[in-house]
Amino acid sequence: MSFIRKPTVTNSRLPKNSLGLTRRDYEGGMSTLCAGCGHDSITAALIQAAWELELVPHQVVKLSGIGCSSKTPAYFMSQAHGVNSVHGRMPSVATGAGAANRDLVCLGVSGDGDSLSIGFGQLAHAMRRNLNMAYVIENNGVYGLTKGQFSASADVGSRAKRGETNVQPPIDPVVTAIALGCTFVARSFSGDKQQLVPLLKAAIRHRGFALLDVLSPCVTFNDHEDSTKSYAYTRRYYHPAIHADFVPPAQDIKAAYDHGEAMPVELHDGSRIVLRKVDEGFDPSDRARTIGFLQDAAKRGEVVTGLMYIQPGQDDLHDVNHTVPGPLHSQPYDGLHPGAEGLRELQQRYR
Amino acid sequence: MTSDNGMPAPSDAAAAASRVNDFVIKIANVNGTGSASANGLLMKSLFRMGIPVTGKNFFPSNIQGLPTWYEIRVSRDGYRCRSGQVDIMVAMNNETYADDLAEVAPGGFFLYDATWPRDSQLSRKDVTIIGIPLAGMCNEHFDQARSRILMKNVAYVGALAALLDIDMAIIRQLLNETFASKAHLVDANQAAIDLGFQYAQEHFSCPLPLRLEAMDKTAGHIMIDGNTAAAMGCLYAGATVGAWYPITPSTSLMDAFKSLCERYRVDPDSGERRFCIVQAEDELAAVGMVVGAAWAGARAFTPTSGPGISLMSEFIGFAYYTEVPIVLVDVQRVGPSTGMPTRTQQCDILSCAFASHGDTRHILLFPADPHECFELAVAAFDLAERFQTPVMMLTDLDIGMNDWMVPELTWDDSYLPDRGKVLTAEELAEMPDFHRYADVDGDGVPWRSLPGVHPNGAYFLRGSGHTERGTYTENSEEYQRVLDRLERKFETARHALPAPVVETSADAQVGIISIGSCDGAVREARDLLAGRGYALNYLRVKAFPFSDEVEAFIAGHRRIFVVEQNRDGQLRRLLLMETQATRQQLNSIRHYNGMPISARDIVEDIGRALSQEAAA
Repeated sequence: MSFIRKPTVTNSRLPKNSLGLTRRDYEGGMSTLCAGCGHDSITAALIQAAWELELVPHQVVKLSGIGCSSKTPAYFMSQAHGVNSVHGRMPSVATGAGAANRDLVCLGVSGDGDSLSIGFGQLAHAMRRNLNMAYVIENNGVYGLTKGQFSASADVGSRAKRGETNVQPPIDPVVTAIALGCTFVARSFSGDKQQLVPLLKAAIRHRGFALLDVLSPCVTFNDHEDSTKSYAYTRRYYHPAIHADFVPPAQDIKAAYDHGEAMPVELHDGSRIVLRKVDEGFDPSDRARTIGFLQDAAKRGEVVTGLMYIQPGQDDLHDVNHTVPGPLHSQPYDGLHPGAEGLRELQQRYR
Repeated sequence: MTSDNGMPAPSDAAAAASRVNDFVIKIANVNGTGSASANGLLMKSLFRMGIPVTGKNFFPSNIQGLPTWYEIRVSRDGYRCRSGQVDIMVAMNNETYADDLAEVAPGGFFLYDATWPRDSQLSRKDVTIIGIPLAGMCNEHFDQARSRILMKNVAYVGALAALLDIDMAIIRQLLNETFASKAHLVDANQAAIDLGFQYAQEHFSCPLPLRLEAMDKTAGHIMIDGNTAAAMGCLYAGATVGAWYPITPSTSLMDAFKSLCERYRVDPDSGERRFCIVQAEDELAAVGMVVGAAWAGARAFTPTSGPGISLMSEFIGFAYYTEVPIVLVDVQRVGPSTGMPTRTQQCDILSCAFASHGDTRHILLFPADPHECFELAVAAFDLAERFQTPVMMLTDLDIGMNDWMVPELTWDDSYLPDRGKVLTAEELAEMPDFHRYADVDGDGVPWRSLPGVHPNGAYFLRGSGHTERGTYTENSEEYQRVLDRLERKFETARHALPAPVVETSADAQVGIISIGSCDGAVREARDLLAGRGYALNYLRVKAFPFSDEVEAFIAGHRRIFVVEQNRDGQLRRLLLMETQATRQQLNSIRHYNGMPISARDIVEDIGRALSQEAAA
């Protein structure tokens, strides 16, 4: 399909953020995904989150791998640079881009095939490096572009459209990420924008690697009865464990939260995530308990969502490297080498 | 034929009488015993005496306990390939005594550790046996077990100093420099040198007929390995992001780059670093990081070897098609597959030229020695950015890991990196409709924008079919327009690459085309063949795609020998594919056993072919 340009509709009554941009300014090309695809809802949530965060579009980089989900960066923020890289290798491209220019806001969009099969290694190592990026897995349990094979996140007993039943245990990206030391781990659902938008905002503002696993039903290949990644199944077993609100630096926490149950978590730029427990016995700062909680819920067939784990204030790739502020590509060239005289001196040891 | 005290008999001495500053010393040892520093000391002593010298290390893919050899060629004429024979063997590994003795040329010398006499094994009558109880002396003199092992190696340097007439003041000076901050090590090493020196002086007639005399042929030169020199090139090119996965024989390149950056790019007050080096989880990630960094605007590179190139191929094709300027250094080793990781070959020429699926061809640079590693590393970044495409510099283990005597590196302070066609924020502001992949200037090279600079520069980098705007397409015409422009760009690049080195002698109709580290052997072979009455012209390619000079050289010669170090004649095949050369015209001289090529390997084959031709 050729690129379709969306007509620009100007409406002076659309609300603007402090940059003077409307939500429409954060949109991208027309989606070519199937009507009703969960991914399009996530795209809409991303547009909302970026507009609310007042991101400067051209300072955002959108990166993806290969697959239906990886097409979506073309559908939002057309004034941001994007990379549709090779299958499963987006984390390495993001690592390089982040290494070269730490000022870029790095946003990765991937799928369960791209992240949990072919790209599992790169995902793990990006988390290990605490690369400063928000990484969204649009998780539907199925390979869409190749027409319906199971992915590594398919649940045991889930049935494919063609009738085959999955018997292999799923890889849960949330449990895996927490175990690997990822510093921000959340799960949400494409159909719950109220939950998704604040989680996206927090993920983008978190300094370090933020993994956001978003259940995103595939209407064409995995939305039938006997699928555990369908809209119906997800809604039925949907279990928000914690409610998160994102509060930008300039705003006060609203009095509506009772101090007893609200837990504000401060991020590096002064913004906060205010968490309210829905489930007793859940604590998003306790790695071991969270893993236990998630595994128990999985046994009950529940789809637990919310901010599952957060550990702010950890060193990211550049903190560890002690990199200078600003992009490396604009370091003055003179400061990168010792010149002709320095070369003469350097060669003394080779005489 | 040795006298009682090991002195060479007069007839041997006469045969070797003319051998001043022209012989090969080979040291057989066990890896992990510290022999590298002893051999380095020996090499550098000769270099400081002003004598041209080359060292080749033949080591196992192992940390400790396996045989290792170090071969030093002393050549007053400045030849820097292997000579193909051994004149003095220092045999420190009893596991390999038999083979080591067999390798010594008639009339040569065999120095061994006589702590354990081996008379029954040392049966050759045409070789002078020199037994020195190195271990015995060191065991007596040193207390520590580790010192005893290390110092017996230093002791053979002392023995050679007496036997070959090495300047002891230079050795002392080198010890002072090497152990500047550890005076006790200077004394210990000097003691070991003296043990070997005195024993040799007392028991043999020193110097031997094979001996050294100070010269003045190393002034203006350095001794350096190609990986270090390439790292210096990356530093001077202004590369700020390096990503890598450790692989022999490329690892020391990133080690060197890192230490150079730590020396020159760390703010002394804040400790802030003007570089970012990432050790990746594998080669796929390493090159992916380089792609990301180069796309974001940094000069970025990855050093690797053949297996790494295989793994990186998908991303190399991606960078070709999306036009991202990445730099790779392939320090080639013996393939196929894991091959012999610590042996040398030029076996990645074809896989690099066409790396990745689909229609892809890449710019390759072929340095012949560490000096060119430095120069071409800088050129690689300029070319990559000027043509917005992957550039691979192909060295090999011989160039990368061995110490070569090369002219000093020089630098022009007026140099500025050529970033190519990069649009500034101001230019983008004037340009509401930016076409990332359009041929604006007719040279096939488009204009690019960097992320974070201006909203008008935003585009979507994709390996899928794209239009001149960078948007997705499955339209035949739109796809083909971009693909055809890429070919025009490659053609533009062909005229901008480093020129081949051409050396012609009179009106010779027969020529040699060669590549990279074959250079030294080819040069010596040409001299030897000239001595037999065969004059051959010589062209060494320094880059792919091949320039018009290569085409002209082929057109100007009836018969051409293509000399290279791989089984399949990869350079010859590439010449046949990419030039007007005919199969009959190009003869293949191939050497691929993992050892660096010698002049002998070339002279025998070419001499035979030419004498057959003359007889026909």
